[in-house]
Amino acid sequence: MILDSKLPDGPLAEKWTKHKFNIKLVNPANKRKYEVIVVGTGLAGASAAASLAELGYNVKAFCFQDSPRRAHSIAAQGGINAAKNYQNDGDSVYRLFYDTIKGGDYRAREANVFRLAEVSVNIIDQCVAQGVPFAREYGGLLANRSFGGAQVSRTFYARGQTGQQLLLGAYSALSRQVANGKVKLYPRTELMDVVTVDGKARGIITRNLITGAIESHSAHAVLLCTGGYGNVFFLSTNAMGSNVTAAWRAHKKGALMANPCYTQIHPTCIPVSGDHQSKLTLMSESLRNDGRVWVPATIEMAEKLRKGQIKANDIKEEDRDYYLERKYPSFGNLVPRDVASRNAKYVCDEGRGVNETGEAVFLDFRDAIQRDGEDLIRAKYGNLFDMYQQITGENPYQGPMMIYPAVHYTMGGLWVDYNLMTNIPGLYALGEANFSDHGANRLGASALMQGLADGYFVIPYTIGDYLAQSGYDKISEDHPEFKKSEKEVKDRVQKLLSIKGEKTVDHFHKRLGKIMWDYCGMARSAEGLTKAKGMIKELKKEFWSNVKVLGDNEELNQSLEKAHRVADFIELGELMVDDALHREESCGGHFREEYQTPEGEALRDDENFAYVAAWKYQGEGQEEELVKEPLVFENVKLTQRSYK
Amino acid sequence: MNLTLKIWRQKNHSDKGGFKEYKVSDISKDMSFLEMLDVLNEQLSDSGEDPVHFDHDCREGICGMCSLHINGKPHGPKQTTTCQLHMRSFSDGETITIEPWRATAFPVVKDLVVDRSSFDRIIQAGGYVSVNTGGVPDANEIPIPKRIADEAFDAATCIGCGACVAACKNASAMLFTSAKISQLAMLPQGQVERKERAERMIAQMDSEGFGACTNTGACSAECPKGISLTNIARMNREYFSAVVSSDNV
Repeated sequence: MILDSKLPDGPLAEKWTKHKFNIKLVNPANKRKYEVIVVGTGLAGASAAASLAELGYNVKAFCFQDSPRRAHSIAAQGGINAAKNYQNDGDSVYRLFYDTIKGGDYRAREANVFRLAEVSVNIIDQCVAQGVPFAREYGGLLANRSFGGAQVSRTFYARGQTGQQLLLGAYSALSRQVANGKVKLYPRTELMDVVTVDGKARGIITRNLITGAIESHSAHAVLLCTGGYGNVFFLSTNAMGSNVTAAWRAHKKGALMANPCYTQIHPTCIPVSGDHQSKLTLMSESLRNDGRVWVPATIEMAEKLRKGQIKANDIKEEDRDYYLERKYPSFGNLVPRDVASRNAKYVCDEGRGVNETGEAVFLDFRDAIQRDGEDLIRAKYGNLFDMYQQITGENPYQGPMMIYPAVHYTMGGLWVDYNLMTNIPGLYALGEANFSDHGANRLGASALMQGLADGYFVIPYTIGDYLAQSGYDKISEDHPEFKKSEKEVKDRVQKLLSIKGEKTVDHFHKRLGKIMWDYCGMARSAEGLTKAKGMIKELKKEFWSNVKVLGDNEELNQSLEKAHRVADFIELGELMVDDALHREESCGGHFREEYQTPEGEALRDDENFAYVAAWKYQGEGQEEELVKEPLVFENVKLTQRSYK
Repeated sequence: MNLTLKIWRQKNHSDKGGFKEYKVSDISKDMSFLEMLDVLNEQLSDSGEDPVHFDHDCREGICGMCSLHINGKPHGPKQTTTCQLHMRSFSDGETITIEPWRATAFPVVKDLVVDRSSFDRIIQAGGYVSVNTGGVPDANEIPIPKRIADEAFDAATCIGCGACVAACKNASAMLFTSAKISQLAMLPQGQVERKERAERMIAQMDSEGFGACTNTGACSAECPKGISLTNIARMNREYFSAVVSSDNV
């Protein structure tokens, strides 16, 4: 199988413009003849649904939450990057492109990343026009802050809740189209399968979460904007409902899954406090603008801290190891996420962790408060400090925060070409659900940028190219392919309900999460991954013979919802392990212990692994086939990433 | 901690529903309220009883999906969302009463889950600026005084959870509706549709069956995001000025 990424030729800066001209258009009067399904209403889904409806397409938008406004994009905190260069500090489209390619450890496509940087400026204009209240300076112009992996200030923000404000902007645009009758909303509805007819995506099967009804929806194109799969680890910063089901069902229908092992472990999360924990909470990376990361210089002192014999504030300046500032003097506390996380792991593995479990480091605002005053720090980060205090019961204005890395984002996802179309014609993937722009590590404040770029400024152009070449004919929901998929879904529901085993769904999810975290988390090895593969196979067998799902299909049944999702996570887990095992190099968030520089940095193997690993499903119980898309770099020189 | 939970159980919308008592033990003070309910649900599942259904998603206080009337207060004793409420706010041996939001415009779906789609319809009536994607001015073209931007932001932080409605003896949605009207009325981008927006959103709010406002301020006092009562005053001003100068005659 050969993958055609449809990258336009010509100079980097002209590719998108040229491509927009070369692709086909749908006449305004003909757009109303097409139906488009959008699954997921986060930044990518809501912006795509609204923009396509504005153009005249008929859109059906689906989400599992009770309202489209609750999609997990809402929880993004720190900000959104854009190459506006409002700060006059040397930023440009090219610099944002370069930082993102480098930040991703040279495992993303140049053309995609350049387009992302190019349209980033339009996103900010669009959001401001919608009434998104970004932070402003006293002169009334927009304010910026810095984020990891960059030496310019290009991050636009709305206090610590930028994702909320951007999502509410997209949700308002979506709501306007609902009122106009161009979007029909299906909240509390979950995708169960993707339907293909003659090799093209022609609709989906859904389950109404209130009534349990299994329903068919036909369309001319299907957009999956369903987010990432971080919940495969059970504990992550994702929302409880975030899942891989839509992407996984598409994968089983033939869509390739690319780089599934690329997972982002975010360095600044509130540490795990006990077995009861259901999720982890992120403390925005923006805190690293002012907070200094440290652990005690000696293991003895860390032991005293853990036993509660001394407090952080008792430790003198010379006994503190500000290890990021020491190892990376030019980027300091603002190194990219993968580097910050790995170093937190190193110091904790050395025995210098600072909380009871030994898995935490300090993020200290003492110096910033002395320099700028408590009021200014409160104005910048007030809501984050409050959140920290609510969860831990400790006051971060008086002593340092304790943080530890946690699973946050997945760079891998459905393989898409330059038009965001998967290898199944008519099936698209947008936002975190695709793999396209972040390579092996995403820079902070780039997820919001990518979700909105895909939805507002890419798909409205590229979908026309496909639709213009396909007819207007509608496929009936009584078509045998729909009926066949409906039956498969119903059978699966019955199977889950009829096992009547002894262990709850959460029991299996927690066990899967532990396997993934221990062997496919921050550090991976061939030995560990091989072991994990066996364990996941066992777990899958046990799940399908011993899971306990109570209740019926024909009602609101949260155990059944979870069972569907966890069954898919188990299968995905196995593929992630395969992908991590096959990639015999370290890059970005994928760190193989066997491949590191003498200083403990990720050691890439560009000669053998500068490609996208796309996996093709081969049937139940079969090993998946690896399809490689070579990455060609015409503009940047591949170097060992250095943040020293 | 050992606790007694008095929880509202209701099979579906047409079921009458009633309280049922459960016991949970060995609850850690560091657990969130929802994690305590997770423990109960694992316990119920093990014994073959249908778990208690409740809405939740992000568990970091921002999506607005979690609800729950706890001991007579929306989101419980602290001014935060239920997912951010921790068990250290309760004491050992306590009996905790847990109910769904109670309002005509929020019908119960099952147990503690309610239907808040009325809020979506209020936004659909006008809670937006009518701009299409593309063709908008540069973001710095219109300076906005920081004070105005900050005030608009404060109104925009509403998470749409519905605690304001649940707290109000009239089940009024004035705080929710006014927060969106205020945000857009303060910003230059919202000026063009300012009057029409206020009229349409308020008309929708009334048609959903929410009650009127009698200025007791319970909504703002219970709002997990501290949305100010000033927004309601501003909405009333917006509404009156829209009505007296309305173009829709």
